[in-house]
Amino acid sequence: MDKKWYELNGTDGDVVISTRIRLARNLEEYPFPIRCTNEVREEIVEKVKDAVLNSNSVISSRFSCIDVDNINAGEKVSLVERHLVSPEFISEKSEKSLLLLDDESVSIMINEEDHIRLQVMCEGFELDKAYEQASRIDTLLDERLKFAFSENLGYLTQCPTNLGTGMRASVMLHLPALQSTKAMRKISENLSKLGLTIRGTYGEGTEPVAALYQLSNQISLGISEKTAIDNLKNITKQIIAQELKTREALAKHLNIQDSIYRSEGILKSARLITCDEALKHLSNLRMGITTGLISNITLDTVNRLIVEIQPATLIHYTGKPLNPQERDAVRATLLRNSLGK
Amino acid sequence: MLCQSCKNKQANTHIKTIVNGELTEMNLCSECAAKMGYGNVFDSFFDIGSLMSGFMGEPSTTALAPERKCPNCGITFAQISKGGRVGCAKCYDVFYDRLLPSIKRIHGNTVHTGKKLRKPQLQSGIETSAAVHIDHEKEKPSELQTLEAKLKTAVSNQEFEQAAQLRDRIKELKSQKGENE
Repeated sequence: MDKKWYELNGTDGDVVISTRIRLARNLEEYPFPIRCTNEVREEIVEKVKDAVLNSNSVISSRFSCIDVDNINAGEKVSLVERHLVSPEFISEKSEKSLLLLDDESVSIMINEEDHIRLQVMCEGFELDKAYEQASRIDTLLDERLKFAFSENLGYLTQCPTNLGTGMRASVMLHLPALQSTKAMRKISENLSKLGLTIRGTYGEGTEPVAALYQLSNQISLGISEKTAIDNLKNITKQIIAQELKTREALAKHLNIQDSIYRSEGILKSARLITCDEALKHLSNLRMGITTGLISNITLDTVNRLIVEIQPATLIHYTGKPLNPQERDAVRATLLRNSLGK
Repeated sequence: MLCQSCKNKQANTHIKTIVNGELTEMNLCSECAAKMGYGNVFDSFFDIGSLMSGFMGEPSTTALAPERKCPNCGITFAQISKGGRVGCAKCYDVFYDRLLPSIKRIHGNTVHTGKKLRKPQLQSGIETSAAVHIDHEKEKPSELQTLEAKLKTAVSNQEFEQAAQLRDRIKELKSQKGENE
């Protein structure tokens, strides 16, 4: 089977794990999802499904439909862990459907906050490529559906924060060095002045456990898609440069080297490991690989593991229910097998 | 994730506070959040409610005239303002003037400059007929594609009886197509 985008290392992959473009669209003839009855929501699902699956593009045949109301809780969470849907999308049962491209790089959520949330994901730093793909599918849908649009306010969305382009472009960044030097708060304060926002992914504390951050545009009205993307691109480049410089400096210190090699040791020999612990060490391992301290493990493998060791995805791939301890054991085995002795 | 305060209920409220530059984050259930005085702020993800009323200087009481509703979806401005969510596309017309200040506050702009709908009002008759013609042409292969997609779903759902029927229909269509060409 071909590798999924989240199992690959792409452009500027030492810092940028993945790129995402999300477009919010609504059908003109229906109220926004919060004001719809279940019958109407069902009708919307059918309409959008028809538009996607029966478009005159070959891409149609590569989509399959997942009726999110009728899959088990584990599979739902796994969709979130693989970044295919938003956590809100699986939160309550009410006529939601997901259209997923065969390589999982495009997902179309129906009846999320808006009628349509089209999302394109790519490995690495690929904002232009991801936007082109999103825009192409958006145009296909535009041929068959009547989108709510006004000359002044652009694409009309349920929440005014998404008006205009309806676009949220984001990059997932691995920033272990900037995080450890406590630079994140300052960066975050400066970003908000530039219409961008950064937040942690995975983990609940003030600092995300695997030093993974999502950087995205905050403003969508009065700024074209291209300008928003260029803006995000420029800032991302600056952050990449800063992160790499800091990593290089840190990697010279014996205590940093020690913690990287210890992490490698734990991942290669643990028999029981929780998700948070594994993420923490995988983050160190990633930093070790990019600074040349560790050479026999690829970033592809680490990227894949970051997704696969998530609790629900682990169960999804194992194919049977696991209690927490079994999960920790399966996770440890998966890590040992993937990283070599 | 459980609420950090009562450690009992599911946390659904994420609170970030910055006091003297010190960032603290908490995950609470809605009841604990309300007890700690965060309740009203979290009626909506983005606090558009208070933002709007602040801007509009709306009197919070004494609305003698019946409140205007969106003729399309029936929502009132008070409801939009409280929930931070607009009811339908038409609401943006109906309540345009009242929504505009908060839109400006969010985006710093009020006029869209990005991608536009592909289907603008067609200007000339010639264009119209050309567009219709192309659409018509394009529709042809789609039945086959639909069936193929359906077949794929049927197979993955292990509905073999239906899959067999679909397969036969596809075969039939393909052979017809062959004859035509």
